[in-house]
Amino acid sequence: MAKPRRVSLFVTCLADQMRPETAWAAVELLERAGCTVDVPMAQTCCGQPAFNSGFRNEAREVARHWLKVFRDAEAIVCPSGSCASMVKVFFQELFEPQSPEGREVARLAERTYELTQFLVHVLGVTNVGAHYEGKVAYHASCHLLRELGERTSPKALLEKVVGAELVALPGSETVCCGFGGTFSVKLPEISTAMMDEKIRAIEASGADCVVACDGGCLLQISGGLTRQGARARAFHLAELLTGRVPEPDRR
Amino acid sequence: MHVTSDKFSKNAADALHDPFLQGALQRATGKFVNERLRAVAEYPGFEALRDQGRAIKQEALDRLPELLEQFEEKVIERGGFVHWARDAHDANQIAINLARSEGVKVIVKSKSMTTEETNLNHALTEAGFEAVETDLGEYILQLDDDYPSHILAPAIHKTKEQVADIFDRRLHEKNPPDAGIPGLNTIARRALRTKFLSAQMGITGANFAVAETGTIVIVENEGNAALSTTLPKIHVAFVGIEKIVPRFNDLAVMLKLLPRSATGQRMSSYTNFLTGAARAGEEGPQKLHIILLDNGRTKIYADEKLQGSLRCIRCGACLNVCPVYQKVGGHAYGWVYPGPIGAVISPQYLGLERGHQLPFASSLCGACYEVCPVKIEIPHMLLELRNRVVEENTKATGRPAKRTFFEALSFQLFAVAARRPWLWGLGSAIGRRLLRSKASGGTVGKVELPVLRKWTSERDLAAPAEQSFLEQWKQRSGSKGGRA
Ligand code: SF4
Repeated sequence: MAKPRRVSLFVTCLADQMRPETAWAAVELLERAGCTVDVPMAQTCCGQPAFNSGFRNEAREVARHWLKVFRDAEAIVCPSGSCASMVKVFFQELFEPQSPEGREVARLAERTYELTQFLVHVLGVTNVGAHYEGKVAYHASCHLLRELGERTSPKALLEKVVGAELVALPGSETVCCGFGGTFSVKLPEISTAMMDEKIRAIEASGADCVVACDGGCLLQISGGLTRQGARARAFHLAELLTGRVPEPDRR
Repeated sequence: MHVTSDKFSKNAADALHDPFLQGALQRATGKFVNERLRAVAEYPGFEALRDQGRAIKQEALDRLPELLEQFEEKVIERGGFVHWARDAHDANQIAINLARSEGVKVIVKSKSMTTEETNLNHALTEAGFEAVETDLGEYILQLDDDYPSHILAPAIHKTKEQVADIFDRRLHEKNPPDAGIPGLNTIARRALRTKFLSAQMGITGANFAVAETGTIVIVENEGNAALSTTLPKIHVAFVGIEKIVPRFNDLAVMLKLLPRSATGQRMSSYTNFLTGAARAGEEGPQKLHIILLDNGRTKIYADEKLQGSLRCIRCGACLNVCPVYQKVGGHAYGWVYPGPIGAVISPQYLGLERGHQLPFASSLCGACYEVCPVKIEIPHMLLELRNRVVEENTKATGRPAKRTFFEALSFQLFAVAARRPWLWGLGSAIGRRLLRSKASGGTVGKVELPVLRKWTSERDLAAPAEQSFLEQWKQRSGSKGGRA
């Protein structure tokens, strides 16, 4: 298969509203890898919050909009493991597989990629010329890890970062950060108890920063780090790869 | 037992504030998780074994009616009796009638989640029998009028100091200083031995029921199931209809999967194979009665999306790895089946009304699916149940029930906006501005606004961007003259 060169960026609502740096980093990485990036301006959300909360009718309406927005895309890339799994795994639950919409879901799901998967597995890029002085820990986001089964692509990119010392994060792949979408506000005590464990692990690792590939986890982890006055900061792997490292005094 | 599943969030909050429980949970689940990892790592091809386990249990479900009949036939052939129980009450009544007709006074029980499900102990006591749990953990709980908080390690929530206190109060036996856990074991063993010798009936569950041979298999580590099924003259087994496996050979797979997943053992200390009643010249019970229990299982069986939950072999692995279970323990789930699998099956057994909170007791991290020896898609089933809870909430009146009114309205607005980019852009710009007005130094601290209060009580919220990415992108494309 020829490598797709025209890429439609599925920004994700979280990156769009809360952290445009993530989306800019994704654009930069894709352009540097030789892709032309298109950003469909009518995009909003994939419907994941409604779907995960049990509101499937509402999620279906939002999914329909998404399908329309990305209808003509050659490849769809998104800097979030959970939003990519929403499209690739859970859209199927919303439509009859044999219906026209069901077939459309299958067609677009196949050409939707999480950012690091696209860079590493599709474009074959691991060295993006990144540079970072410090200790980096990687938090494996649950949806990227388990719904998409991705264990290697983020690490392949991280290993090529010049100057970075990768430190082991205890429970990186086994301990959820506790975000869980609406779970974080439905059962906040449990969510933050899980977060506390993640923060302790980050502190124990001695990392200067922790990177992940999901804006949701990062919202949770960075919220915990700053509240607890921890030293480390949390941001998207793509930001690390493009030198968009937040100023230490940002908090 | 008193069901409190509808109070999950309150139960959970209590559990989080119990330092003893937190310590006990952390130690126990940590140990189970590590032991399992070790046992799995030393068995190359464990993943393939999980596929086989799944296939065997799924085949059993696909052929369930036929296999159950075959099982019954084989048990009868070997001199046993089979009873069919529609629900918990039926099953308990069958056991009570058997005990009455045989003049039984003392009954020994070995650990069985199925009899917890039917609340058998309570029924037996009401009917005037002395029923004694013989699994150490269950015995402790029985003495304390408590109930299990873990499928495998029922008394996981009790410390050894608490156990010493229970023995002191209920058995009037003081554990000598420095005797520790072995001392407690000695006390329990002494008390239980007299029960084993005086019991006329032994009641157990079963881990597997083999259709091909009519064999039931009980896996255990204390030897109490072996004693319960050999010393008394009557053995009664409570067996859920989903415990069936087609062939004896299937046990070669299942008996590798179960102990490794459950306790990280290659093999349990005791694996009891019981086929029929004792024949002339053999030791063991002269009478074997097997009670096949439905109690809602056929309803799950008929449910295409959730049928797979009947594959469960109750290994407990999903509990141990679950970050929610690790934090709140088993009692928070408010009924006999806790943890991720409990969150799937309890709402089905209890009904959505009483179980409505449980499907939401998960961050959907998927650790449960990753360890499940029979590959039950727990996170996907939780999502399915969440949808059913939402539908149930609106079904009766056509309008969302009070407890979800605000949420339902929010998601309706969300769906309206998400299909109209201009409205979405407008709404989110207002939201961003509001949040930024509450921020200082790049983060939003504690804010007393609905929903936000729940987020910000224990964590900050990184302040949103002044301009969304899409707005920024539009400017860049504009200045470059590119298409937007
Ligand atoms: S759902 Fe799977 S992991 Fe959980 S107890 Fe059942 S068999 Fe074990």
